[in-house]
Amino acid sequence: MAAGKEIKTQISSIKSTQKITSAMEMVAASKMRKAQERMQATRPYAEKMRQVIGHIAKANPEYRHPFMQEREVNRVGYIVVSSDRGLCGGLNHNLFKAMVKDMKAWKDQGVEADLCALGAKGAGFFQNYGGNLVAAKTHLGDRPGAQELVGNVKVMLDAYEEGRIDALFLVSNEFVNTMTQKPEIQKLLPLPRIEDDGGDADSMAAGKDYIYEPDARLILDDVLPRYIESQVYQGVVENLACEQAARMIAMKSATDNAGNLIDDLQLAFNKARQAAITQEISEIVSGAASV
Amino acid sequence: MAMTVHCDVVSAEEKIYSDRVEMLIAAGSEGDLGIAPGHAPLLTALKPGPVRVIKQGGDEEILYVSGGYLEVQPDIVTLLADTAVRAKDVDEAAAQQAQKDAEKAMAQKTSEFEYTRAAAELAEAVAKLRTVQQLRNRR
Repeated sequence: MAAGKEIKTQISSIKSTQKITSAMEMVAASKMRKAQERMQATRPYAEKMRQVIGHIAKANPEYRHPFMQEREVNRVGYIVVSSDRGLCGGLNHNLFKAMVKDMKAWKDQGVEADLCALGAKGAGFFQNYGGNLVAAKTHLGDRPGAQELVGNVKVMLDAYEEGRIDALFLVSNEFVNTMTQKPEIQKLLPLPRIEDDGGDADSMAAGKDYIYEPDARLILDDVLPRYIESQVYQGVVENLACEQAARMIAMKSATDNAGNLIDDLQLAFNKARQAAITQEISEIVSGAASV
Repeated sequence: MAMTVHCDVVSAEEKIYSDRVEMLIAAGSEGDLGIAPGHAPLLTALKPGPVRVIKQGGDEEILYVSGGYLEVQPDIVTLLADTAVRAKDVDEAAAQQAQKDAEKAMAQKTSEFEYTRAAAELAEAVAKLRTVQQLRNRR
């Protein structure tokens, strides 16, 4: 029964792993619901902000903020949003892959990149990979506050204003649904010109401008960094929902796989036991026959 | 029927209001302003204060915003608030307490930084109380 005992311990070890993965699945499922609610709650603000900025970019203000000026790209900046913890399937890996590809495309044009990592996985990956990490923020927790991100965002905005980088991108996962998360690279600076979205497009298209109160410079200096912050915050909140969803799916399949493995081992164990019994019987029978 | 324009009020946390309005009255950085349909495109910062929304049909709703931006487009008015609450949810007692605390902090003449912060807190508390007052007057 030696083989039988070995299989037995293997089964019990897999069973305890299965218990852990199924517990993690349930934790992720409940966290995902909350993260998703938060994501949906903050979405309208980010979307409205994007529309307003789209209008501003299309308008023709007498004051051109540096964020609105296209210039030749010598160096780019990335803000990478990743998860703090692993065990969430290919979520982070897919994101990094997409980003490395993008970075390589810039590199072929002789453009280097500065990185700002939000989340421990991104910071770790790019330390090993060899990106130029200028800022990092890890352990954001389940309820990140916009305040915590401001410092890191400011590092990149300052770099842009001082001309150390000439374009800024936000790299984060987009939450499509529970099963699908899509890595996305969004251009933050210079302000991308948003395509006409129908109805109100013609009203501002003719080079008209807003009335600014108190004046254009004050408002734009204030509202543009706010826009970037809101987009980054939205990215972080969305990535959190993605992380929990990806973890839930990864842990569900791990639990299922553990179940399959246990079934297979149980079968092998039963076969081994039956073989041992059969062997014993045949030994007894042949022993009795020889007497 | 009066003319209306679509209005969205969103805060960082949620969408507070989204419907057609006859007029929107908010506390702009340069003074109170009322936005009626057909207003010229405008972009302005907001001070902490009450926002009055006159809905289609003449019903009124009062909100409190702690600052933000107001964008007026020919066919849409967008109010991006830092935080926004409905006036009836404003905690009057807490606002009064905050006002007292802030006044005390300002009286103590501490560092420059703390003074400006206390001043900002005071402005918010007073604006909250003003919102509550407005709500009460209407009744």
